[in-house]
Amino acid sequence: MIVGGGAAGIRAAIAAAEISDTLSIALVSKVYPMRSHTVSAEGGAGAAMGADDSPDFHAFDTIRGSDWLADQDAVEAFVAEAPGEIVRLEHWGCPWSREPDGRIAVRAFGGMSVNRTVFAADKTGFHLLHTLFQTSLKYDRIVFYDEFFVTKLLVDDGRCAGVAAFDMRDSEVRCILAKAVILCTGGAGRIFPFTTNAAINTGDGMGLAYRAGVPLKDMEFVQYHPTGLPGTGILMTEASRGEGGLLFNNEGRRFLEDYIPSKMELGPRDILSRAIMQEIEKGHAFEGPYGHYVHLDIRHLGEKTIDTKLFFLRELAKNFIGIDPVHEPIPVRPVVHYMMGGVDTDIMGQTRLAGLYAAGETACVSINGANRLGSNSLTECLVFGARVGRQAAEDALEAVAPPTNLLAELAETEQDRLVGTYLQREGGGERISTIRTDLQTAMERGAGVFRTEESLKEAVEAVSGLRERYSEVAIDDRDRAFNTELVAALELDNMLDVADAVVRSGLERRESRGSHTRRDHEDRDDERFLRHSLAISTAEGAMIEYRDVTITQWPPAERKY
Amino acid sequence: MSGKSVALRVGRYRPEHAAEPYFDEYDVPASNDMVVLDALNYVKDHVDGSLAYRWSCRMGVCGSCGMMVNGVPRLTCSTFLREFRSEPIVVEPLRYFPVIRDLVVDMTDFLEKLRMVKPWIIRGEDKPVEEGEYLQTPDEVDDYKQFSMCINCMLCFSACPVYGQDPEFLGPAVIALAHRYNLDSRDQGRAERQRVLELNNGIWDCTFVGECTVVCPKDVDPAAAIQRSKVSTATRTLRSVVWPFGGRE
Repeated sequence: MIVGGGAAGIRAAIAAAEISDTLSIALVSKVYPMRSHTVSAEGGAGAAMGADDSPDFHAFDTIRGSDWLADQDAVEAFVAEAPGEIVRLEHWGCPWSREPDGRIAVRAFGGMSVNRTVFAADKTGFHLLHTLFQTSLKYDRIVFYDEFFVTKLLVDDGRCAGVAAFDMRDSEVRCILAKAVILCTGGAGRIFPFTTNAAINTGDGMGLAYRAGVPLKDMEFVQYHPTGLPGTGILMTEASRGEGGLLFNNEGRRFLEDYIPSKMELGPRDILSRAIMQEIEKGHAFEGPYGHYVHLDIRHLGEKTIDTKLFFLRELAKNFIGIDPVHEPIPVRPVVHYMMGGVDTDIMGQTRLAGLYAAGETACVSINGANRLGSNSLTECLVFGARVGRQAAEDALEAVAPPTNLLAELAETEQDRLVGTYLQREGGGERISTIRTDLQTAMERGAGVFRTEESLKEAVEAVSGLRERYSEVAIDDRDRAFNTELVAALELDNMLDVADAVVRSGLERRESRGSHTRRDHEDRDDERFLRHSLAISTAEGAMIEYRDVTITQWPPAERKY
Repeated sequence: MSGKSVALRVGRYRPEHAAEPYFDEYDVPASNDMVVLDALNYVKDHVDGSLAYRWSCRMGVCGSCGMMVNGVPRLTCSTFLREFRSEPIVVEPLRYFPVIRDLVVDMTDFLEKLRMVKPWIIRGEDKPVEEGEYLQTPDEVDDYKQFSMCINCMLCFSACPVYGQDPEFLGPAVIALAHRYNLDSRDQGRAERQRVLELNNGIWDCTFVGECTVVCPKDVDPAAAIQRSKVSTATRTLRSVVWPFGGRE
């Protein structure tokens, strides 16, 4: 069984389907698969495809980008399998952009030392997701549970045995048994107020695993993408800079020469986001109704290049802010984009709970460490989606079927919980939207681009207080048919768990590394913190433990560009 | 949009409370840069949490938030309140689909039809991944690219009077997707797909109203896909009559 129908989930489903035609594969998702947030990815997918490239170069860039927190064995597997996955998607019909001779084209991206980002114009995620979804329709043994919301992992005798989920059409809980469960539910950007993430990115898989006793790893590392539209947070793809776009402050100066002169606009995201925030602090930014911003200028690329390679960016800028980037610079500011952390897995996607796996943004394998490089996430979904799909399928073929005798009772207990906690609760008075907004405000204030001991302590307090208020949450909607408020309440439950793990992991990491920037601990401290954090659920909130990073061929070094 | 607020008239359907659909009206504080979806979110967050609708990416690419706005199928995340001169702005579920609840329609029919046209690459023999990609020039990509841009938002179904009359009609987006694979230089499945397209309720049902193309938010032009499928079918039929060997391509 796969929970989540984005790139990682569908890739896992197909991989499992190809292992054996005796398997029945359930793909359970709270939205129709083609609505998944993969659809919004723009710039591309990284893989060492070019003649001047090699998997080792890709590995080194990824490890340096991660500020040495990535596990190097995982990165080696990732870069080795990446090109094959790109070709496989090509065989399945993905409309990759091409060189004149018909080969798959590659473009430049931040933090990558050579051109290695394959792309489908600037709608790579959209094409990738629809190609995967359409290809998955070929397999009758993949059964879709569309618009089913998973409320709980079923654990029997120390093994994950399926999920409790309700069909949104009738809010009726079913227990769906499985010999293996793979979580592919994406990220949790919605715990912040200003994010590129879709409404559905509420950390559901992270919450499910965490409450079942699986640690969340490296949760303090939250990626800010340097170029989002003020107000909405809509992403202006990094491909704009890959194709030659430039960033200017309000003095008309390419300010990145003060921060990362060797890479300029092609620097990694954490460094560029910090640079823009510092320009804002210095008063070098423009001021608008939605806060300060700098300019992304692509006018010099010309209309033809923009329309072939950055078509979607132009459409978005024109539609949503009335600016045509062919003629005007685009206002941009850093925006929450990606969770480097997630469900702790090994290199095969296996968690410490037997029968439970994870892949994609939900998981932390980790190849991204303290900062993910642009275009590595789509490829991660493909490589680790495929790996975990194969592994889970092989394990399922060996495993005994979970016991069915408790099913009815389990479903009833979970149904009673939903009814008692949400659908029939009297009194109360906290609105979901109020708690959610307060959570987002607390996260931005306490765990934004720059953090301190004090800001993180305040955020920990705030999140605990919100958890208490959540116990008083009341919903207007008591209907069983498509109750979106019930879904929102359960999503908020997941968001609160994820947020707690983020701020407590951040508080304990008293160093600066990658995206985690502590103003009170400005240096990287390998002696104490060249380690993964593991947030473990307790009654008092997340407890933090550590595990060593796996180093193979690239000893920790200063992160220089 | 008058001054600082806008009146919304929203289609409701709550089968547990009333057998028939009805309307609720809401006044929403509005600004120049708000879209219809923002107004619905305001209602849900602050006024009436029971209003049900789908949305996700709010950037016009996930295809979740299609609704009828003043009688026209639109993506509500990309439809600005400032477009409308008169109030209330009327928001209803997408036309021609069964309604599950409020603004949420049943997509089952669409998904079944999608699978019917086999929207995947069909080849006699697939070459191993180790042998690399199939070469495809930028011009060959351009041949089908437009028809690959469909986000499955289903606005074209709601605009299509033929689908309104005959729910068995395959529908614009589905035919466009079949056409997308037919035009792909890597594909060899045209004959299999064409059999589905030529069945009753396939391409020949389309009366070329062209409304699907008008409402498409991604310029996919399903009407052109349908016409080109008809031409290709007709040509082959004609060839099979005048050529002795059945006019194989």
